[in-house]
Amino acid sequence: MNEHESFHHPGPSRTETDSPLLALDNLKTHFRTERGLVRAVDGVTLTLNRGEALGVVGESGSGKTVLSRSLMGLLPGSAVTSGSVKFAGQEILDLPMKQRRHLWGAEMSMVFQNPLNSLNPLMKIGKQIAEPLRLHLSMDKANARETAVALLKSVRIPEPERRLNQYPHELSGGMRQRVMIAMALACGPTVLFADEPTTALDVTVQAQILEVIGEQRRDRNMSVVLVTHDLGVVAGHTDQIAVMYGGKLVERAPTKTLFAEMRMPYTKSLLKSIPKLADPSHTRLATITGRPPDLVNPPKGCNFAQRCPYARPKCHVEEPALEPTADPNHVFACWYPVGSPEFTEREAELEAAGYVPATVAGVS
Amino acid sequence: MAGSGNAHLRKGDNVLQIQDLVVEFKVSGGTVKAVSGISLDVQRGETLGIVGESGCGKSTTGRAIMQLPSPTSGSIVFEGDELTSMKNADVRAARTKVQMIFQDPVSSLNPRRTVRDSVLEPLEIWKRGTKKEREKLIDDTLESVGIDPARAAESRPHEFSGGQCQRISVARALVLDPTLIICDEPVSALDVSVQAQVLNLLEDLKEKYGLTLVFIAHDLAVVKNISDRVAVMYLGKLCEVASSDALYAHPAHPYTNLLIDSIPEPNPDADHTLGEVIGEPPSPVNPPAGCRFHPRCPYATAECSVDEPRLREIGAGHFVACHNPVTVTH
Repeated sequence: MNEHESFHHPGPSRTETDSPLLALDNLKTHFRTERGLVRAVDGVTLTLNRGEALGVVGESGSGKTVLSRSLMGLLPGSAVTSGSVKFAGQEILDLPMKQRRHLWGAEMSMVFQNPLNSLNPLMKIGKQIAEPLRLHLSMDKANARETAVALLKSVRIPEPERRLNQYPHELSGGMRQRVMIAMALACGPTVLFADEPTTALDVTVQAQILEVIGEQRRDRNMSVVLVTHDLGVVAGHTDQIAVMYGGKLVERAPTKTLFAEMRMPYTKSLLKSIPKLADPSHTRLATITGRPPDLVNPPKGCNFAQRCPYARPKCHVEEPALEPTADPNHVFACWYPVGSPEFTEREAELEAAGYVPATVAGVS
Repeated sequence: MAGSGNAHLRKGDNVLQIQDLVVEFKVSGGTVKAVSGISLDVQRGETLGIVGESGCGKSTTGRAIMQLPSPTSGSIVFEGDELTSMKNADVRAARTKVQMIFQDPVSSLNPRRTVRDSVLEPLEIWKRGTKKEREKLIDDTLESVGIDPARAAESRPHEFSGGQCQRISVARALVLDPTLIICDEPVSALDVSVQAQVLNLLEDLKEKYGLTLVFIAHDLAVVKNISDRVAVMYLGKLCEVASSDALYAHPAHPYTNLLIDSIPEPNPDADHTLGEVIGEPPSPVNPPAGCRFHPRCPYATAECSVDEPRLREIGAGHFVACHNPVTVTH
């Protein structure tokens, strides 16, 4: 019996479909550094169902990338992970390395921001795609080659047979990212992590890549975790969104609900900082002043309070917990959320002072 | 699209006028036709946006203005002086008035120097003012871009975030009191929240220092926000030139429409599917005949593959190079 069979993994034949595909419970990833313990991910709880797309949104330093890397086992030795991560009902954090390896290659795969850094520059495209097929699915050479062509075709790469014999530098940035996606899809993963997959690309190519990922998700009934700093990217391509700040979840909701009634001032600020085509030129953009918190010495109270124009004394002392709204799927952590009397009062004061509020009008 | 012509050039107080600019690079196996005969002008106090995909020649155009390298042919007149025929020493002097900021703020600063020294260097090269005057100018400029001068004196680029490094690059561009700043994708590498800060900063500084800007980017939403006039480029040619509000209200070129449709709108109810335009631009070594966009254009006719369209006026100050412009109203 090889390691593939010993791991109980979900396939189309799986019966216990009622449990979520991926369940994180109080996941913490801390790094030991000279300065002290960096609390990069500090107690994240969320679930992902089969076929669902989750957007993880936040600024640089919010912990969004460390979160996805923790799940993919791509952490340096200085990392300490605790909590629980269940994949198809099975705890994976304490799984033996051999089984976890199979999981990462075949069941969960990842697409990175910079395709040029993630592809081997000295290896032809065909060989790179065939590698996981031969390793995880024990395909022979001819079979792997045939599958590689089909994969390239499925991510809409023109002339796939010719690409097999090309090197990464011969392809454009968009084509390389498609190759990365083809490689990630090779073993038919049930979860695809895409960490800023389009940030280095042109907007036109970004739109095409997001379409390809969405198409593959529907065709394969695969789950997708899309990590980005841009709420615009996740708006059209996810079912639910988790907003991270300072290593913690600060708001989570179904995508449409989040955009219609976001409660956390940070989420609103992120949204309002995006320039909108429909606004007249020279429209002043809302900004978030200051920088993300120091994760070695996180501030007391709410992580965001120091940068939040709506913060009151309580925010600097007591940390708000994630509380559900009327919709149990919509949770947020804030003492004075968007729409509360205190928030509205402060907004009026700010507007009177000529401040460009981060929350003038929603997107509704 | 992808046409030529000079119908869109204006008379008046032009800080910069580019005419029939051609930039080509020899490579093994041919010549990269990066910019193939474009003309643009920028009036005093205006922000001109140049937008297009990778390889459209927008950055090459920005660099050609700086004579980095000097163009294959064409004319670049800055404040009445022809830059392309100048002697090297004169070009260097002219460059103090034309500054540039780049996409990657961290790698455009010397990692081994304190950022204050990096900002100071241009003043020392050009021996501007006394030591005391230089110190004061540096402090004031760093303050105006929101960087603490004391911290700048003791810190190196890696100790600052990407957004802060971009602010420092802006300060370095400002110290020589330039007329024109060319911003080449200055916010593409930044988070949206930081991008908003840098865009607001550029608007503030433009007013404070009376600057004229050329703003190069691939994201039309960003370009529209900061620009007065926008030029859309494709494969070394101009497609459409218009005021930024008119360009969005009535985008006439099919390629402009592709750029607009590609922007990920932060609204889950918006249409997030792409139109019929697919694929990526062909190689600039062998650009298509006729309109360079025709192989990707859903509206292309037989004429488009033979006859290159010229820029023509379709509204006040709104020019398009297309045989079959579309009528879209936003």
